[in-house]
Amino acid sequence: MSTEAVLGFAVAGTFVLYALFGGADFGGGVWDLLASGPRKKEQRALIAHALGPVWEVNHIWLIVGVVLLFAGFPRAFAVLSVALHVPLTLLLLGIVFRGAAFTFRTYDMRGDAVQRQWGLVFSVASVIAPLLLGMCVAAVVSGSIRVEGRVVVSGFFASWLTPFAWVVGALALCLFAFLAAVYLTHEAPTPELREDFRLRALGSGVAVFVAALAVLLFARQGAPRVWQGLLHSPFALALHAGTALASVTAFALLWTRRFRWARVAAATQAGLIVLGWAASQHPYLVVPDVTLSSAAAGPTAQRMLLVALGVGALTVLPSLALLFRVFRPGPAPSAGAEK
Amino acid sequence: MTDLLYARAQMGLSLAFHIVFAAAGVALPVLMVLSDWKARRTGDADYRLLSQKLAKGTAILFAVGAVSGTVLSFELGLLWPEFMGQYGEVIGLPFSLEGVAFFTEAIFLGIYLYGRERVSPGLHLFSGVMVAVSGAASAFFVTLVNTFMNNPSGFTATPGGVTDVEPLVAMFSPGWQYQTAHVLLSCYQASAFAMAGIHAFVLLRHPGAAFHRKALSVALPLACVTALLQPLVGDLSAKHVAREQPVKLAAMEGHFETERGAPLRLGGLPDVETGQVPWGVEIPKGLSILAFADPDAEVKGLKEFPRDEWPPVAKVHLAFQVMVGTGSLMALLALVTLALRWRRKAWPDGRWLTWAWLLSGPLGVVALEAGWLVTEWGRQPWIVRGFMRTADAVTPVPHLAAPFWTFTVVYLFLGATVVFLMVRQVAGTLPGRHGGQGGGDAHVH
Repeated sequence: MSTEAVLGFAVAGTFVLYALFGGADFGGGVWDLLASGPRKKEQRALIAHALGPVWEVNHIWLIVGVVLLFAGFPRAFAVLSVALHVPLTLLLLGIVFRGAAFTFRTYDMRGDAVQRQWGLVFSVASVIAPLLLGMCVAAVVSGSIRVEGRVVVSGFFASWLTPFAWVVGALALCLFAFLAAVYLTHEAPTPELREDFRLRALGSGVAVFVAALAVLLFARQGAPRVWQGLLHSPFALALHAGTALASVTAFALLWTRRFRWARVAAATQAGLIVLGWAASQHPYLVVPDVTLSSAAAGPTAQRMLLVALGVGALTVLPSLALLFRVFRPGPAPSAGAEK
Repeated sequence: MTDLLYARAQMGLSLAFHIVFAAAGVALPVLMVLSDWKARRTGDADYRLLSQKLAKGTAILFAVGAVSGTVLSFELGLLWPEFMGQYGEVIGLPFSLEGVAFFTEAIFLGIYLYGRERVSPGLHLFSGVMVAVSGAASAFFVTLVNTFMNNPSGFTATPGGVTDVEPLVAMFSPGWQYQTAHVLLSCYQASAFAMAGIHAFVLLRHPGAAFHRKALSVALPLACVTALLQPLVGDLSAKHVAREQPVKLAAMEGHFETERGAPLRLGGLPDVETGQVPWGVEIPKGLSILAFADPDAEVKGLKEFPRDEWPPVAKVHLAFQVMVGTGSLMALLALVTLALRWRRKAWPDGRWLTWAWLLSGPLGVVALEAGWLVTEWGRQPWIVRGFMRTADAVTPVPHLAAPFWTFTVVYLFLGATVVFLMVRQVAGTLPGRHGGQGGGDAHVH
């Protein structure tokens, strides 16, 4: 495999991880917003408890992806920064408000009105950010970002404000909500809470299915090349078959309340969706004018980047393993302990 | 204002905001681990509370630093796509390593903050040390990128773009040792002075409050040592600038004419039209001595360089004066404090000195911001000195006033909130208020 293919794979990999971890994180915000029923408070407490130790880490996958992109494929980064200036700026605002609100809420627990408002900021930002993320992805695959030389000629709005972009945004939102709900079933300390999130998982699972179907329908018009890729490359077909299998499995496991394994199946499903996206646009970084090889950095820079990636893996992976070992689902959080 | 100016203002604002939190993210973990370690050794509840308070402060400041840092990593492209499109691969290596360091920092911060009851004491302290080490590493790597922008190396520029990239050479561009040392020290110095200032404030109102005296005893050593080391490192850094970036040095000093035995100018406001520095105080031969260690050395003046390559002289000079002035004040205070400590064998707590520490609390941050402005304004009009002008790097996206004002409002709001939260934190420790266990834990489930 060429170094640029390895780097491309690494970029796709960080996006998979961001979708899984950051995605579950955003989804937590969605369920915070939609908390309801007699256990409203407990639901929110569970979300805060489950996210607390890891949310900071979850979002670093995005930074890793961005850095890999500009170091490994600088020209693609430049094009995307121009073409998607507006949604990326809005996404950033979402990320800023979400992160700040979550921290302020956690570290300034007084149960007063201010804190409830931070909760609202946190959850609203959690809904808007995935939508924008999906819209950016849609713009990249749809072929509506056009580049001549190094200049973006397709404007700053047209590429991401399409019907196709909206449904991809909706898919991202549903997927993240689904991931979070499945994740929380296993974290929940009581059977009642587990049941709350099981129902939410099943509901959002259906929503994922509907949104995915809509994406498929809109792709024919909105992203013809992806439509081709989706249906005509055997590799992509295998990926989609895997995705379908994973989602059916996840559903069955949820239905039969085998939450630990449902979590694995749901993560597999989400990961395969992101990989399917990456595979369907291969070898383009920005369809149809920027390819992996046309945007790639020089060979020495690529090799050094792979070395850095190795150093990073050796440092980060054991530390991450430690973090997740320390924070295995443990003793129950009780809503009453909240001050 | 032009779009270029808005872009620069937005980048400047984001950095000015981020840099304070980044500095705290580097230094507070050190103070936190120190107090934690003292608490373990002495079993003293005050030190334990202090380490918990510092952990909470670290968590809040780190989170704001992390989100503002995320914004910056995007803004590099959103505002300067040409720069990133061409030089992204040249400076990708230090950025990637910074990412690794940042990742490690976040992981161990999670363990430290939430793991107090879940991991062994040894592992807990180790996590704190890892946070401190990786925080320093991340500041180190990101400063290397800035060194590159000032003294680019490790590539060949062609009309079609950049070729023959040598990432390791670019990563360690000339002068990296001075700039990284200067920046790291400034992080510790700014945070230690701020912390000392806060506790001095409480001690003036509640003399003898044990918790705050102990807190001061944690902050003062770091503050004194860094305040005394910084002028030495700063001098090395300035000597390097004199050799490599003579036009920046000339702007820092408001030095228009090339001359031998150049004087050092204190204060004053350079006037680029007349080439004079009214209201300045001149120390004969001072600049030649400081810059080249030779009273008769020739120092190049601004007029030696094309007019369109001058940085904004008045701003650079002013920022430099502020940095040197505040740095000197802090060094002086450190000297006095250490002398008294040496005579009395205890950290001095006289009223005058406590007032001095209170008033010096903000100076570290002021110096940090001023120093950063010196290097950034001083590099203008270049984004990569000698190779790419800032004006050629800016995004073609129009109406940049909109994101600028949006982020301005957001940062003002976030800044005000953080201050409010910090005040609440400190207020919880005031004598007579029950602050101990109520808000002491690093987190509350």
